[in-house]
Amino acid sequence: MGDLFLNFMSGTVPIEAYIGVSLIMFFAGVYGFLSRKSLIMILVSVELMINAADINFVVFNRYLYPGQMEGFFFALFTIAIAACETAVAIAIIINIYRNWTSVEVGNLDEMKE
Amino acid sequence: MAEQIIFYILAVIIAVFSIMAVTSKHIIRSATYLLFVLLGTAGLYLLLGYHYLFGVQIAVYAGGIMVLFIFAILLTNRPGEKVELERKDRRLVAGITSLVGLAFCGHIIYWNISKVYTYIVPAELKVQDIGHTLMGTNKYQYLLPFEFISILLLACIVGSLLIARKR
Repeated sequence: MGDLFLNFMSGTVPIEAYIGVSLIMFFAGVYGFLSRKSLIMILVSVELMINAADINFVVFNRYLYPGQMEGFFFALFTIAIAACETAVAIAIIINIYRNWTSVEVGNLDEMKE
Repeated sequence: MAEQIIFYILAVIIAVFSIMAVTSKHIIRSATYLLFVLLGTAGLYLLLGYHYLFGVQIAVYAGGIMVLFIFAILLTNRPGEKVELERKDRRLVAGITSLVGLAFCGHIIYWNISKVYTYIVPAELKVQDIGHTLMGTNKYQYLLPFEFISILLLACIVGSLLIARKR
């Protein structure tokens, strides 16, 4: 048992541990996206999913192609695009709140005033 | 050894807080849990040797996006109000969907990842290399996407001002 523990704890972290973490994060995001009603919670879930994809890009770059930088730059650009997307989405949410005084998706069966 | 311990602590933090973020009843609490998840992700980047990405993650995600979220929550929620969940059957379907997806992808990862396995020595990415790659116009260099991102940011500022302003 102690031998197994030492084997487990020596060397670098295996790649599937990183991917497992991002897998849990992604499917937590999927669950939140499908099970919440508030628009802000849906946005939080989307952020979780984007973050999981970022981790995958970076980990594949580090473990499989350590001499290149493609995954790194994809993660960098993804963070910038996620910031844009969040800003626009929150502007839309605030506008919806102003018109309907609620941000639940159930009430939004029409988008025109 | 130390790397392993730090990684598993971060992994537990990320897993627990990402599940708590999507199941919490109070919306401001789930935003806070999301902040912890983002900080844990930044720790993972630091562990992998991408120090620049660590800084970007802290500044843009944990700084900028979280401030936007907090503002939006405070503007659209009455304090202390609990958020409404979906109907029970829909929540059940959502849980089953995500568990099935988790099992499917976990199975694929478990059985296939050892075939592409390569061990690497941990190395640090120099900021000088990042700058040259970001500003170059050759193959595998990223000046054009960089400029597109700047135009996208400008369009997004103008668009959100236009959407959110008072008529």
